[in-house]
Amino acid sequence: MKTPEKLMAGADIFFECLRREKVEYIFGYPGGAVLKLYEHLYDVDFLKHILVRHEQGAVHAAEGYAKASGKPGVVLVTSGPGATNTVTGIADAYMDSVPIVVFTGQVPSHLIGNDAFQEADIIGITRPITKHNFLVRDIKELASTIRKAFYIACTGRPGPVVVDLPKDVINSYCEFVYPEDVEIRGYKPNYKGHVNQIKKAAEVIAAAKKPLLYVGGGVIMSGGFRELSLFAHENKLPVTMTLQGLGAFPGTDELSLGMLGMHGTYWANQAVNNCDVLVSLGARFDDRVTGKVETFATNAYKIHVDIDPTCIDKNVVVDLPIVGDVKHILAEMASEISKSPDTGEWWAQINSWKDECPLVYEDKDGRLRTEYIIEKLSEKTKGEAVIVTDVGQHQMWTAQYFKYNYPRTNLTSGGLGTMGFSVPAAIGASFAVKDKQIISISGDGGFQMNIQELITASAYSVPVIFIIINNSFLGMVRQWQELFHAEKFSFTDLSKSNPDFVKVGEAFGIESYSTDNPKEVESLLDKALAVKNKPVLLEFKVVKEDMVFPMVPSGGSISEMMVKRLNPKRMT
Amino acid sequence: MKHTISVLVENHFGAFDRVATMFSGKGFNIKSISVGETEISEVSRMTIVTDGDDQIIDQVVKQLNRLVDTIKVVDLSETYHVERELALISVGMHKGSMEELKNICDIFRGNIVDITIKSMMIEITGPPDKIDAAVNVLAPFGIKEMARTGIVALRRGEQVKIQKKENVT
Ligand SMILES: Cc1ncc(C[n+]2csc(CCOP(=O)(O)OP(=O)(O)O)c2C)c(N)n1
Repeated sequence: MKTPEKLMAGADIFFECLRREKVEYIFGYPGGAVLKLYEHLYDVDFLKHILVRHEQGAVHAAEGYAKASGKPGVVLVTSGPGATNTVTGIADAYMDSVPIVVFTGQVPSHLIGNDAFQEADIIGITRPITKHNFLVRDIKELASTIRKAFYIACTGRPGPVVVDLPKDVINSYCEFVYPEDVEIRGYKPNYKGHVNQIKKAAEVIAAAKKPLLYVGGGVIMSGGFRELSLFAHENKLPVTMTLQGLGAFPGTDELSLGMLGMHGTYWANQAVNNCDVLVSLGARFDDRVTGKVETFATNAYKIHVDIDPTCIDKNVVVDLPIVGDVKHILAEMASEISKSPDTGEWWAQINSWKDECPLVYEDKDGRLRTEYIIEKLSEKTKGEAVIVTDVGQHQMWTAQYFKYNYPRTNLTSGGLGTMGFSVPAAIGASFAVKDKQIISISGDGGFQMNIQELITASAYSVPVIFIIINNSFLGMVRQWQELFHAEKFSFTDLSKSNPDFVKVGEAFGIESYSTDNPKEVESLLDKALAVKNKPVLLEFKVVKEDMVFPMVPSGGSISEMMVKRLNPKRMT
Repeated sequence: MKHTISVLVENHFGAFDRVATMFSGKGFNIKSISVGETEISEVSRMTIVTDGDDQIIDQVVKQLNRLVDTIKVVDLSETYHVERELALISVGMHKGSMEELKNICDIFRGNIVDITIKSMMIEITGPPDKIDAAVNVLAPFGIKEMARTGIVALRRGEQVKIQKKENVT
C-alpha cells in the first residue's frame, strides 16, 4: 500500500495537468458534479477562471480565445444541463475546426445509466460533433486522458474534444504520473505532403494562364500567412478567400479579390468560374462557396491542399490532392516553382470584372447603412482590430467591406452559422489579444441570443466594443423571404418587440450609445475606440429593407448571381 | 457496389458507437456489421459491408480512418479475401419433412443444433451467397426464425498487420 501522502487528489491532478498544458484561462460555470474541482480551483493561482452566465457562452468564449490566439480554449461545466448547454458551441467548434477542450462533470460512475439527478449522456450526445471524446472511468487514466485531449484538439485538423469526468473519479486519489509522450496509434496527422504531388502542383501553376488561389481558414490555422503572401506575390497570383479565410491574406493587397461564394464579390466569383487552375488551400468546397457543384470551376484543373483527407473529393472531385500542412506545402511549392505564370491578360480580365460590377451601396439618401459603418470601422482601425461577427446580413457586409489585414483578426461562425456567437466569442478573444481592439458586431436578433454575457463583459471589464446593427428584422431571413418566399415576412419583424438596447447596455453596467444618423457614425466610433479597459456598446439603427448583394442563390450556379435589387421598396 | 471493409479499432469504450454514429451521421449504408476480438487483446476487428459508388466508398474509408480509435482500414473488396457468415435457421417440420430437411442440411454442410416435434434449427456457415441459397431452399418449409451474424472476413495470404505501438508527440 502506498502512503496517502504519495497520492494526489483527482482535482489536483486535473489542475496540474492544465498547468502543464499551459492553460491560462478556463471559461466555466459551476454545479454539483464539479464542486470538488471548484473547491480546488479556489486556491489555484496559475490560471484564471472566467465565470460566464450560460454554458453556451463559455464554449463560444473559449472558441473566441482559441481562434484569436491559436491556443486551445478550455471550458469547465457541470453534468446534465450544464453539459447539454455546451452542445451548440461544441457543434460550432467542430464545423469551424476550433481547438477547444470541454470538461463536463458527470454523475458518479455507479449511477451512470440510472437516470440519476443531472445525468445526461454527453458522450453519446457529442459523439458526432466532437473530434473525439472521453469518459474517464478510472482516476489512473485522468492525466493521460487530459494530455490526449489537448493533443487531439490541437493537432492535425483542430477540433473540439470533450472529457467527461464522473464525480467519484475526481473525488478519488492516485499517484500522479504525467505522460510526456502521447501514444495514440490510430491518430497520426500527416503534415509533410507528398513531394511529387507538390512538384506536380508547382509545374501546373507555372504553366497556368488563369490561375487562382482559393484560400480557407486552414491557412490561418497552419500559420501560413507569410508563406501565402510570398507565394502569391512572387507569382502574381490572384487570391480569393472564404468567409473563414478572410485575414489569411491582406484585404488591402492588390492581389486580393476579396471573398468568393454566395455573397462574394462579382470578380472573385467570375474568376472562379473562368480560371484554368484552381488551387484550394485549406478550404473545403463548402456549398456556400460552390453553389451548384456541377457548375463550379468546371474548366479548371483543381489542386486541393488540406490536412484532412476526408475533405478531399468530398464535395468536388479534384485533379491533384495534397494532404498535409498548408504552410509547409506553400513553402515547398514556392521553392519548386520554376517560373512565374504569365498572368498579365488574366489580371486585365479580372480588373475589367471589377469595373463592370464593383461593390457599391446607396449612400446618397442620407439614411444609415451597415456598409458605411463597416467601411468607416475598417478605415479607423486600419484593418488591425479583431472583428467578431455574428450571423446574418451584418456578417456578410462585414466580410465584404472590412479589409482584414492579419490572420486571426476575423472571428465568425461560418460552418454552423450560430447566432449568438459574437458577444461571448469577443469576450473570450479579449483575454487572448491585448494589443488590438476587439470589436463584436451583431444583428439585433443574434445579439439577444447570448445577451446575458454582457454582464461577464462588464464584470471583467473587458475592452470590447459591442456593435449592434439594428435593422429591426431578422435581416438575412427577411432577405430570403423577400427573394424566395413570396415576401411573406413571417416572424422576422422585430420592430415592435426589440428591447431598448441602450437601456439594456446600461443595465449591464456598460456605457451605451445609439444613433440612426450617418453623420454621427464617425464620432461615435471615435468615442468607442477611445474607451480603454472596459466595454462599450453602440447601437446603429440602420435601414430595414436593405439586402446583401451580390448573391448567388442557394444551390445556384455563379451565372445566376444577382448583383443588385431590382425594385427596392422602402419599409418604415 | 457492395464493399466489405475491415476495420481494426482500439477496444475502447464507445469505439463501436463511434463507427455506427459516423455511418448514420454521414448517411452511409450498413448492410451488415460484425465485431469481435483479434489476436491482440486490446484490438477489435469490425467487418462492415456497405455499398455505394467509388466516391462514397472513398469517403467511407477516409471517414473511418479519421476516427481516433481506428487503427487500420482496409477495403477488402480490392483484395483476395475470405468471407464467412454463420446463420441459425429455425424451420417448421412435420413427420414427413424431416428426411428432406436433413438432406438439405447435409448438402449445405450444416448442423442440426436443435429439434422439436414441430421444428428444426439448422446452423450453416459459409460465404453469404451460400447462406442465401440455403435460405431460399428452406423457405418453403416455413422459416420460423433466423439469425445471421453478418460477414467476417480476412485477407488471404499475408494478413493485415497491426502496427506496433509507437510514440507520437
Ligand atoms: C441559432 C440560430 N437560429 C436561427 C438561425 C437562422 N438565421 C440565420 S440569419 C438569421 C437572422 C439574423 O438576424 P439578425 O441577428 O438581426 O442579423 P441581420 O441578418 O439582421 O444582420 C436567422 C434567424 C441561425 N443562423 N442561428
